[in-house]
Amino acid sequence: MGFDLAMPDLAMPEAATPNPAVTVSADSAETPDTLESFVSAANEGYKYGFVTDIEADEAEPGLTEDTVRFISAKKGEPEWLLSWRLKAFQRWQQMSDPQWAKLKIAPIDFQGACYYSAPKQNAGPKSLDEVDPELLKTYEKLGIPLGERAALAGVAVDAVFDSVSVATTYKEKLGELGIIFCSFGEAVREHGDLVRKYLGSVVPQGDNFFAALNSAVFSDGSFVYVPPGVRCPMELSTYFRINAAKTGQFERTLLIADKGSHVSYLEGCTAPQRDENQLHAAVVELIALEDAEIKYSTVQNWYPGDAEGRGGIYNFVTKRGACRGDRAKISWAQVETGSAITWKYPSCLLEGDHSVGAFYSVAITNNRQQADTGTKMIHIGRNTSSTVISKGISAGRGQNTYRGQIKVMPKAEDARNFTQCDSLLIGKSCGAHTVPYIDVRNPTARVEHEATTSKISEDQMFYCQQRGLPQEDALSLIVNGFCKEVLKELPMEFAVEAQKLLAVSLEGSVG
Amino acid sequence: MSNLLEIHDLRARTLGGRDILKGINLTIAPGEVHAIMGPNGAGKSTLSSVLAGKPGYEVTGGSVLYQGRDLLALPADARAREGIFLAFQYPVEIPGVNNTYFLRAALNAGRRHRGEPELDAAQFLKAVKEKLKLLDISSDLLQRPVNVGFSGGEKKRNEIFQMAMLEPRLAVLDETDSGLDIDALRVVSNGVNRLRDPQRAIVMITHYQRLLDYIVPDHVHVLSDGRIVASGDKTLAATLEQTGYAHLDSAAA
Ligand SMILES: Nc1ncnc2c1ncn2[C@@H]1O[C@H](COP(=O)(O)OP(=O)(O)OP(=O)(O)O)[C@@H](O)[C@H]1O
Ligand SMILES: [Mg+2]
Repeated sequence: MGFDLAMPDLAMPEAATPNPAVTVSADSAETPDTLESFVSAANEGYKYGFVTDIEADEAEPGLTEDTVRFISAKKGEPEWLLSWRLKAFQRWQQMSDPQWAKLKIAPIDFQGACYYSAPKQNAGPKSLDEVDPELLKTYEKLGIPLGERAALAGVAVDAVFDSVSVATTYKEKLGELGIIFCSFGEAVREHGDLVRKYLGSVVPQGDNFFAALNSAVFSDGSFVYVPPGVRCPMELSTYFRINAAKTGQFERTLLIADKGSHVSYLEGCTAPQRDENQLHAAVVELIALEDAEIKYSTVQNWYPGDAEGRGGIYNFVTKRGACRGDRAKISWAQVETGSAITWKYPSCLLEGDHSVGAFYSVAITNNRQQADTGTKMIHIGRNTSSTVISKGISAGRGQNTYRGQIKVMPKAEDARNFTQCDSLLIGKSCGAHTVPYIDVRNPTARVEHEATTSKISEDQMFYCQQRGLPQEDALSLIVNGFCKEVLKELPMEFAVEAQKLLAVSLEGSVG
Repeated sequence: MSNLLEIHDLRARTLGGRDILKGINLTIAPGEVHAIMGPNGAGKSTLSSVLAGKPGYEVTGGSVLYQGRDLLALPADARAREGIFLAFQYPVEIPGVNNTYFLRAALNAGRRHRGEPELDAAQFLKAVKEKLKLLDISSDLLQRPVNVGFSGGEKKRNEIFQMAMLEPRLAVLDETDSGLDIDALRVVSNGVNRLRDPQRAIVMITHYQRLLDYIVPDHVHVLSDGRIVASGDKTLAATLEQTGYAHLDSAAA
């Protein structure tokens, strides 16, 4: 293959910028005075900011080798996994958190966080009836289609509450097709060989600081395996929620689509409203074998912090998929509206010939939110192609950076990439930045990059309002129009939810 | 019969402090069609913008009563929901927003305001078909994003279609005839004529007598340098065609 997965340039050092970085901030541009009236720092209520009162089983705060052993023991893990974790922990100790992103972050006290919290329960629930009713109420408030509603909606849900996977529905139905969809913990117990074969094969333990941290202390997450030739008949879905105070959440998702199979996976995230920052460092690994297709959609709505930037989730996520076979396809779609800090680059390793990668993203930053997000498309096989569509929306004092790397390896004959990167500014205290890295080592490659930055125009707002639409509706309509190309990549139910979320996230940015 | 719109000594300037409207007086009753003519830069579009509540202008004097209420106290969207419609001289493009979706959102905003039930997709499409038939226009623009890539004539046609759907009480058409070829002018004018209604008043801003041959106005006004300097019946337009605006300016000064 000739490509070292752990090579350091999978990270994005600021120094290696073969391309001029484009940065536009609203400060530097003139904004009509009346646009100012659109912007107010008011933070609308975060709808998901309730706390569930459940006794939790927690690890002592702090992170040492003992913490790692504690977690592994709590989960009754086999020896190989404990040593895998310990190796990650050793790597992590030698690393420091990355500084190249355009994010202003107060130093994070990694020893102050708690690395394991599980709702106290006697044994794993056998059915929904056995799940703590408080938990179920939480899910209800979140609008998660658990139970019968899930069947109607055709959604199989794996709900991860803090660190333990609580209930997985529709396992049996999927089981008939040979599809495995379960918590990570269960996968380790029941499908250890598969986990062992693929874990860390896309995101190695030492890939980056946060991936190493996750590899050492990950608590739970989801596991999916789709056997050869099987088309998964329903959307698979996981909802993550951080509940306990001062708890980091480190879940791990491993999804394998065997030859010729097809799967669409949805992931939703929320967290309660708290004044202190909470850490979320997840790792998602996707493996698509020959002719397989994976579509992975995320709606991320972690608590963004208040209008002054107090509280909110620090979201440091490593997501990467490998097209590990000819004609394999991986497509990432994300709507990122939450978190105080987002650091996330869902990427594709296009190893197989004719493999295809895609990244569709909407990222909103309002108030004091900061997002540094984008993708890496690494073209390794022949005739590989990738598409990147990124829509960044900045309001309030939000800072939004698109950071993307397109890399064409020497043997990647006839690689194609198209990148379109649009930024929309609302008001004049926010910023949008575009940082493309293009690294082409094969002369047959065709790489196209288009970038635009625009402001919500007063004329567009007035046109909508003149037709009777209230200001907030007008804004949401225009923003949804701006994001159209991405929203249409989301599964239907998710798209509707995402549209609502866009409107909610921008509440208070006008008027 | 009570008036729909009463404008008294309306004065407005740009936020930059430039006076544009310098004392407009105009009274419009339901069912009437008024034409406003006048030289470039006279303030015609500014008058329609101020009536519709566009940001960027400051009203420095005078009053506007709409259905007996202080119009200027309402925000732009509320004015629209109260039945004021502006067909834009330069309709705005909204990328990614489907024309039909946009129109349904607008229509339902008005219906909610009036306490009427919202139209679902099927009811809405039925209404769309009826209006297309009434105006005798094709449905080719409905599935495209609002005004994006529309030709000049298509944009104007779309404005009139929106007017037909939203059924305003007061419609201000700002140069809806400019940029139209002869056939399109006929289509649009026929449409407007079919939307004439005893309950509805229409104000047409235009530079051309020809439009007034198709849509015959009850009153014609000349707006020059921020004031209405002449008013008359439809024959005034014909006279202007002969004499131009110059002598009116001096008469007003
Ligand atoms: N927002 C604004 N800022 C500055 N000047 C403005 C603004 N709006 C209008 N004006 C000026 O006010 C004057 C009147 O403009 P307006 O568009 O109302 O004219 P009009 O009568 O509609 O002309 P036309 O027949 O060319 O359409 C013009 O000189 C125009 O440049
Ligand atoms: Mg004009």
